Amino acid sequence: MSGPSTYEPKTGIERWLDTRLPIVRFMYDTALDFPTPKNLNYWWTFGGILALMLGLQIATGVVLAMHYVPHVDYAFASVERIMRDVNYGWLIRYMHANGASMFFLAVYLHMIRNLYYGSYKAPREVLWILGCLIYLAMMATGFIGYVLPWGQMSFHGAVVITNLFGALPIIGPPITTWLWGGFAVDNATLNRFFSLHYLLPFVIAGLVILHIWALHVPGNNNPTGVNVKSKADTVPFHPYYTVKDGFAIGVFLLLFGAFVFYNPNVLGHADNYIPANPLVTPAHIVPEWYFLPFYAILRAVPDKLGGVLLMFGAIATLFVLPWLDTSKVRSMRYRPTAKWYFWIFVLAALVLGYCGGQLPDNPVIGAPTGLMLLDADVNSMVWLSRVATLYFFAYFWIILPVLGLTETPLPVPEGISEPVLSHPATTPTGAAASPEKRG
Amino acid sequence: MGKPPGGPLSKGSFKVADTVVGANPDPHADPSRRDFIHIAAVAGAAGAVAGIAWPLIDQMNPAGDTLALASIEFDLSKVVEGQQVVIKWRGKPLFVRNRTAAEIQKAVATPLSELRDPETDEARHKPGKPQWLVLIGTCTHLGCVPTFGGGDYGGWFCPCHGSHYDTSGRIRKGPAPKNLAVPDWDFLSDTKIKVG
Repeated sequence: MSGPSTYEPKTGIERWLDTRLPIVRFMYDTALDFPTPKNLNYWWTFGGILALMLGLQIATGVVLAMHYVPHVDYAFASVERIMRDVNYGWLIRYMHANGASMFFLAVYLHMIRNLYYGSYKAPREVLWILGCLIYLAMMATGFIGYVLPWGQMSFHGAVVITNLFGALPIIGPPITTWLWGGFAVDNATLNRFFSLHYLLPFVIAGLVILHIWALHVPGNNNPTGVNVKSKADTVPFHPYYTVKDGFAIGVFLLLFGAFVFYNPNVLGHADNYIPANPLVTPAHIVPEWYFLPFYAILRAVPDKLGGVLLMFGAIATLFVLPWLDTSKVRSMRYRPTAKWYFWIFVLAALVLGYCGGQLPDNPVIGAPTGLMLLDADVNSMVWLSRVATLYFFAYFWIILPVLGLTETPLPVPEGISEPVLSHPATTPTGAAASPEKRG
Repeated sequence: MGKPPGGPLSKGSFKVADTVVGANPDPHADPSRRDFIHIAAVAGAAGAVAGIAWPLIDQMNPAGDTLALASIEFDLSKVVEGQQVVIKWRGKPLFVRNRTAAEIQKAVATPLSELRDPETDEARHKPGKPQWLVLIGTCTHLGCVPTFGGGDYGGWFCPCHGSHYDTSGRIRKGPAPKNLAVPDWDFLSDTKIKVG
């Protein structure tokens, strides 16, 4: 899609620079003139939102690092000092903490968009895998960052997550000691986590550059999932999508602002305002909300190693998704059966998130039935998580591979310009949409 | 490849210089000698990378001063019967529990066939002093600190993921795979112990 450059240097200095470092040409071709499908909806605005959030996280993070002390004796107090004494420290820290949540919210919506419109399918597999790597790096950064304030949840969250690696046979315990730099989560651990928390966002930024590069080779997918046929199917990125993205960013920032200014701690946990105490574990350990579905998968399995493998397996599955979905039709708009399984999948992921925040033995509705199935009450979060976990994996490993072969998709439009005139999903099979417009 | 003297390039009224790269390779050159240099250079570079990678990896393992803080002493007279004291050892909690006769009896009476990680109670305390239990206080599931006296077996209960331990610190129910670990420890006198 990225055809020959249409950039024409207008001033002398631009011409001079263009023959030495064509950076203005590069920016023009990538961010202004880039031909973009003309039918993108608001689900396509999360890329811009995510880029903004990464920038905000790096900017606020660099500032917080100027005041934060990565030492077990001072970390908690230095965070409190940021909140109480540093000029606008409260604002910057609340932006950073809630910014992480908003970042994950946007990335989940971005991923759901990809699942619905089949954006991971050929020729965008590498684009999708780079996105999965960004998501993985985000999870590592988010987890490590949550440890830094050195509150009770920070500390015991770090203990639980680093112990996950200890489940691996033979290499597990040495890896755990190596991660800790001691016999337990301690000062050495906090120090290296700070170092890595500063490093990883720049790794993410590098991956984002590769992600955009991989996007600009095949170009954007679009809601119909049909390839762009000609220049007529596209509009320049600027002003059409700079404005659309800008509007979406404005709406998203309203939500962000609502959290930062009106309920900055609602997404966190009160226990993290208690300084870390290695001798007392909080009664109910929960990770940040964006990890809850994976936490539920971990707890759904009664075996330690099995739980850990299944949890990492859930993430690993995303990487091979382009080869699991056998359907040639990208967009769920034209996949009447797959669409339903997709929405059940979204529900299963939300259910897992809900279960992850509850105690495993809590009843789902009413009182426990007293009816035990294997090791737990039938009416318990454990069993609900197990059902949802089963669906989560079945969707990727059974439903998508089989459905691509058995499902009869609806007629797919020949080009993206057609459904603008008549939505084919509502047109009877075989009926030509506006035949008089065909060449 | 070698250009024979008086070859086509030297014909006519002009002469081509012999300094063109690759124009006149040594006809006796043994190709395996060049391969050897390539392989040796790459192997040398790989060795250098591995050599510098190991220090960069190993620096994350416990440092000398961390390893040096390995043992502590503790006065048992502080622990009354039926109670436990939690002390910090190597950054982890250590349970020192003074068990009642009933608790010991309960632990001894449990048949090994009921245990997930079979171990007799006797193997978990010092001979002749069954009341003293010294255990590393981290759940063998994911490292939380189990609470004293809780759970279905009166030993410890881990609040994180619901593991139940008995009065000998053995795993009985829940996701943890192993019994609470017994560290290296010994009596220095009747009331003084050394751990580590």
